[in-house]
Amino acid sequence: MLANFDFDVIRRSLAYLFIDGMTFTLTLTALAAAGGLVFGTMIALMRLSGYRVMGWIAGLYVDFMRSLPLVLVIFWFYFLVPYIGQWITGSSRPIKVGAFASSLITFILFEAAYFSEIMRAGIQSISRGQPAAASALGLTYAQTMRYVVLPQAFRNMLPVLLTQTIVLFQDTSLVYVLSIPDFLGAASKVAQRDGRLVEMYLFAALIYFTISCIASYCVRRLQSRIAIIR
Amino acid sequence: MNYTWNWHIFLEPNPTGAGTYFDMLLAGLKVTIVTSLTAWVIALICGTIVGILRTLPSKAAGWIGFAYVEFFRNMPLLVQLFLWFFVLPELLPRTAGLWLKQMPNAPFFTAAVGIGLFMSARVAVQLAAGIGSLPRGQKLAATALGLTTLQAYRYVLLPMAFRIILPPLTSEFLNTVKNSAVAITIGLIELTGAARAMQEFSFQVFEAFSAATLMYLVINIVVVIGMRLLERAVAIPGYITGK
Repeated sequence: MLANFDFDVIRRSLAYLFIDGMTFTLTLTALAAAGGLVFGTMIALMRLSGYRVMGWIAGLYVDFMRSLPLVLVIFWFYFLVPYIGQWITGSSRPIKVGAFASSLITFILFEAAYFSEIMRAGIQSISRGQPAAASALGLTYAQTMRYVVLPQAFRNMLPVLLTQTIVLFQDTSLVYVLSIPDFLGAASKVAQRDGRLVEMYLFAALIYFTISCIASYCVRRLQSRIAIIR
Repeated sequence: MNYTWNWHIFLEPNPTGAGTYFDMLLAGLKVTIVTSLTAWVIALICGTIVGILRTLPSKAAGWIGFAYVEFFRNMPLLVQLFLWFFVLPELLPRTAGLWLKQMPNAPFFTAAVGIGLFMSARVAVQLAAGIGSLPRGQKLAATALGLTTLQAYRYVLLPMAFRIILPPLTSEFLNTVKNSAVAITIGLIELTGAARAMQEFSFQVFEAFSAATLMYLVINIVVVIGMRLLERAVAIPGYITGK
């Protein structure tokens, strides 16, 4: 049965798959995780701040993003970002935004909702005495957050943040709906061009599986090491 | 913003000739709901079995449960759907493959099974954690009463564990609803797909996506309220959630 399959198609397209596709996927994952973390931490701080309106806005944002399918959000931003760009730059027509910028903005804003919930749990895991001690030392609110609370919250939540990044890595495959050549998109383009769906999709599945497995194994090891120290 | 808004677009006839654009979105909403519910049933059944496997004392059972969860968790859902939809029919014997390909509603069945199995790994992890969180005495008491392992799970452990994990199960169900949108890639016209089709035919992109967004929000609210009622109904007296 396997004789009908031509696994050589994988060898011929390796360069395209990895140099174009995987580079896109990994860059998008890394930048979206970093951006999502920064933006998500800001949302978490807003949510935990004393100002009720800010907390309310942050909560609404998180609930809103988390109740929509990522595919729909990708479509939203794909069409919306050119108009937002026009509004910001004040140009007369919707500005052209590249596939990469559009998907990056989508993932940063979408993942920020998830990262913010993780950071919120992390901040809440710090005992009350710590910020109290910090302000007794004369640190301002910003300094308390910057030097005392956030580093510990980040450290406590590191395994969860990394697990969420693995989920993000898998989710980036959804940019397929915009025909962007990320890793899966590249595999799919070759598959359809050469009529080799079975070989290409099996290979893509294998690569995603291997990377995610190795990454989650590393996270588990990190988790047990942190658990011993604490 | 030089975009022409037209909220009356929903009342205009859609290009398929069957009703208005609003009817088209409603049809998509129905597909989303039916697909999610079917997938959820599959996820609950498979997830329960695998979750139990992970908590059994047998090493082999634990290993099978672990491998199952790792397999379904470490591949993007989109890739899994492609495997079920494009790859599986080619790997099966010829007649079975042909039968699969010619099945009417193939995208629906593929999506329901694919999303169901994908979510079952998550249900299994939740359930294993729920069973693990029960005091050891529950299992011991069940054994002391003369219950077999099967009976202990059926009458003691599972009813308790499922009540404990009801809140995380709510969000897993909502994830199932959201994940059904991925089936757009194998040609299932669910809610996101219907909004996308409406946008392509009418060019009213923001109206179409706004309507779909609103419908997803309504699904969320209904599910959360429903699950809260269910939680109250099955709460055990004497526990924090009970009276």
